[in-house]
Amino acid sequence: MQSVKQYFQRMKQKFAGRKKVIIAIFVVMGVVYLARIFFLQIIDSSYAEKANRNALRFRTQYPARGLMFDRKGELLVYNEVVYDLMVIPSQVKDLDTAKFCKLLNLTVEEFNSRMEKAKKYSRYAPSIFEKQIAKNEFALIAEKLYLYKGFYSQARALRFYPKALAAHVLGYVGEVNDNQIAKDHYYKTGDYIGMSGLEKSYEKELRGEKGSKITLVDVHNREKGAYQNGLYDTAAVVGMNLYTTLDIDLQQYAEELMANKRGSIVAIEPETGEVLCFVSAPSYNPNLLVGRVRGNNYKALADDVSKPLFNRALMAQYPPGSIFKVAQALVALDMGVISPHSGFPCDKSLVGCHNHPSATNVRDAIKMSCNPYFYRVFQRIIQRRNPKGSIDSKYGLLQWREAMLRMGFGTRLDIDLPNLKRGKIPDTAFYNRWYPEGWNFYTIKSNSIGQGEVEVVPLQMANFAAIVANRGWYITPHFVRSYGTENERWRRTAYNEKHLSHIDKAYWDIAVSGMWAVVHEAGGTGRLARLDNIAVCGKTGTAQNKGTDHSVFIAFAPMNNPKIAISVYVENAAGGGGAWAAPIAGLLIEKYLNGEVKRKDFEKKYMETNPCQPIRTNKK
Amino acid sequence: MSRKSFFVKIDWTLITIYLLLVITGVVNIYAAVYNPEANAVFATDTRYFKQLIWIFAALIIAVFVLVIDPAFFARNSYIIYGVFILLLCAVLVIGTATKGAKSWFGVGEFGIQPSEFAKMATALALARFISRTDFIRNTKNMLITLFIIVFPLLLVLLQNDTGSALVYIAFVLPLYREGLSRYVLIMGFALIGLFICALLVNIWLLLTVFLFITLLIWGIGKRIRRLNFKFKYLLWIFLGVACITGLTKVAYEYVLQPHQKDRIEVLLGQKVDNKGVGYNVNQSKIAIGSGGFWGKGFLNGTQTKYNFVPEQDTDFIFCTIGEEWGFVGAFIVVGLYMLLIIRIINKAERQRSGFARIYGYCVSSILFFHILINIGMTIGLLPVIGIPLPFISYGGSSLWAFTLLVFIFIRQDAQRTELV
Repeated sequence: MQSVKQYFQRMKQKFAGRKKVIIAIFVVMGVVYLARIFFLQIIDSSYAEKANRNALRFRTQYPARGLMFDRKGELLVYNEVVYDLMVIPSQVKDLDTAKFCKLLNLTVEEFNSRMEKAKKYSRYAPSIFEKQIAKNEFALIAEKLYLYKGFYSQARALRFYPKALAAHVLGYVGEVNDNQIAKDHYYKTGDYIGMSGLEKSYEKELRGEKGSKITLVDVHNREKGAYQNGLYDTAAVVGMNLYTTLDIDLQQYAEELMANKRGSIVAIEPETGEVLCFVSAPSYNPNLLVGRVRGNNYKALADDVSKPLFNRALMAQYPPGSIFKVAQALVALDMGVISPHSGFPCDKSLVGCHNHPSATNVRDAIKMSCNPYFYRVFQRIIQRRNPKGSIDSKYGLLQWREAMLRMGFGTRLDIDLPNLKRGKIPDTAFYNRWYPEGWNFYTIKSNSIGQGEVEVVPLQMANFAAIVANRGWYITPHFVRSYGTENERWRRTAYNEKHLSHIDKAYWDIAVSGMWAVVHEAGGTGRLARLDNIAVCGKTGTAQNKGTDHSVFIAFAPMNNPKIAISVYVENAAGGGGAWAAPIAGLLIEKYLNGEVKRKDFEKKYMETNPCQPIRTNKK
Repeated sequence: MSRKSFFVKIDWTLITIYLLLVITGVVNIYAAVYNPEANAVFATDTRYFKQLIWIFAALIIAVFVLVIDPAFFARNSYIIYGVFILLLCAVLVIGTATKGAKSWFGVGEFGIQPSEFAKMATALALARFISRTDFIRNTKNMLITLFIIVFPLLLVLLQNDTGSALVYIAFVLPLYREGLSRYVLIMGFALIGLFICALLVNIWLLLTVFLFITLLIWGIGKRIRRLNFKFKYLLWIFLGVACITGLTKVAYEYVLQPHQKDRIEVLLGQKVDNKGVGYNVNQSKIAIGSGGFWGKGFLNGTQTKYNFVPEQDTDFIFCTIGEEWGFVGAFIVVGLYMLLIIRIINKAERQRSGFARIYGYCVSSILFFHILINIGMTIGLLPVIGIPLPFISYGGSSLWAFTLLVFIFIRQDAQRTELV
């Protein structure tokens, strides 16, 4: 026993040093672990980010897009809430598929294919199961939604148009594309942006300011409240409203008049440049380009041969026809190449004309729309003697072009709708290219009567009518009077500024007198625009083109205190400007100035008849 | 022995560390299961409230151990060992299974896990046996020593509780202290190294490298006369290493369960699957890593509070500490553990009785392995092995077992001057 005890005593002594080895192992491991923890917590910062990605959800707060009103305060565009039904596949459990399908009005096959699609996208991230369910439909679904794990709803706002009018002015919104996202980082995939019309040109005002909200979520993606009590949240700022210049009653009437026709109507309040109505026919119901139905409808509209999506009033560059003679007369008078009492015989050997007595002054020439008369006028403008000497077509053309540009032709007016075309007033460079072997008055003579190379868009025609109404000036036509809220509004200052034509007022009075005679005197070409009690000034035009002539009319009224200037363009309508465009303009003026149209039979005739020749399609 | 002197002799430092860790535990369990929507602080059905009950019971056990005759444990160590071996067998037959491990005696909500206590029983029996026998030079005694350790280990393995079984490796350290050859330790480390190499590198490439090294050493040995190795021995070593490498590979492929293989592959970076098998470790690292230096503050840990980390009040409790208390908190907890186990070793070395010394080494080593495996798992240094963090993880069995383990040593230590 003694020996064993000694043995143990020896053991205790002999291996006592091993204590240090063991403690060393402990310490080394302790240091290694602390170093590792130090690395995780201090050196590698990626874990903090990952933790935030785990537990924080950045929710965008979408502001309501601004509303649009007409000039009398009628609501034109508003937002309606619809609901996207979202699904997170990994959270779908114990689903009663049959009941669920019944609730959503789906077949089991549809359900399965949608679930497959969602799973393919991501099992853990939400995807849209059913898009844009209307409020009333959704009420039924919302009641039962708590029964179905993994499904939840997300509210979205869509644009709605209570009047279903003025599609080409208001425009539409759509989801942003990659280019737009790249250009402006405000947008994220799935956001809406104005794609055309006022929605596009006032995008910045309408969209408001997005806000963000940070919420905490748990591992099952359930919301657990605001992060830091909402310290880092920002509220969304509601978009500004647009107070437009449209008169929706007039707009509706104009659209009814053009419903079965092709062409355009633009009416402007001359004093302010405010556009009262703006029609490009055929038009479409703006509600067609909203929400779930949009894709199919858009395709149908784009495929339509009559091109309802094409904004004729801004983009169709037509030959103006005889309405251009008013401008020609004014330019010639201003240049001094004719006097108010200049007379030219109606010499049909120069250019064809209808039968009428020769005009002995400018007023009668406008009234009777004499082609040879304006042939001579334009000849004098173009062949104008250069102050330095020789007869120089180039000099005359340049003078003429400058005067035309001052009347809004051949220039892109700074309106507040996108995609306006500038039309064309040819310059010398153009003709040098066009006729490399040389050109003179005789090669460009068609311009004298608004044919040839001159091109004008309907908006410019209405603007010209407004210039005549104002006797020499215009304010750039615009569609929005002001934007902002009920209490605080702004407007573009460009629309306060008068653009002067620098032509003597006396000459304008002659033009006005001529245009009055067009409508009111025997021998005038626009007699169908005549109204009792209202002095209407107008000018007809018949624009030749490859097909049937277009019917054109510009007008303003009343003569001495003009409230409305108007251009009507009816495509391929036989009978000239007096036959179709003039009576339509007359009806619109009556509607706007009197509030209602009393001539019911007259109205019915022009509303129901379709004078436009059908479009020939190239079948291959 | 006067009552006063007895209290003076108790190592209050160890008890203080023990209490600090237990309090750390209950505070972090509170944070881990904290639900901001329920505001009753003392809701009796919550985990932390239950933990408070377990702690209360643990303190009663501690007091009981301190007043009992210290010789009781030494004398009855084989009986205690036997009782727990029987319980380990019984649990295999009538136990309840949780999370794949059949290791519980369940009565309603309450359950007792014999495997937690079996470590203490094994430590007692081992201390008793090798304090009275020469186990180094006597093969029979060596085998008995091995049997004392391996028998409960196998029973725990049969319960499918790999984590608890691994802890029995801890007994190598007290054996080493008592004279086990240092080559056992070295070979142990070498085996772990070989195992990792065998998994990371193509086995044929590995063997070629080994063969090359062997030939290189032989070649150098030939030049330097003093180091002239016998080629025969080198060949044997090479063949041994080759066999072990091959066996590890085979063992890995055919012995380990699929989930264990997955966890090892995740650890070695051969498999990245943060949504599947790698989820726990990844989320655990995110929780700890996002804590920063000072931590997010008590109850402000988003990762643990919103259940991104699984098992956060039991096996992954260290995440809550790391996330809410940051590096400072983690440092303090690791520091407390280091203080505890080093102090126990130092105390053990000063014991007069072999039993108390060996038992002390066992206690320290068991704690060390638990801490090593548990924290190593949460910080991604070891594969996921489910064992509790001593004194801190939620659970009655584990807390009581560790309390017994430590307080038996404190009791032995308090009377070391009396027993010769």
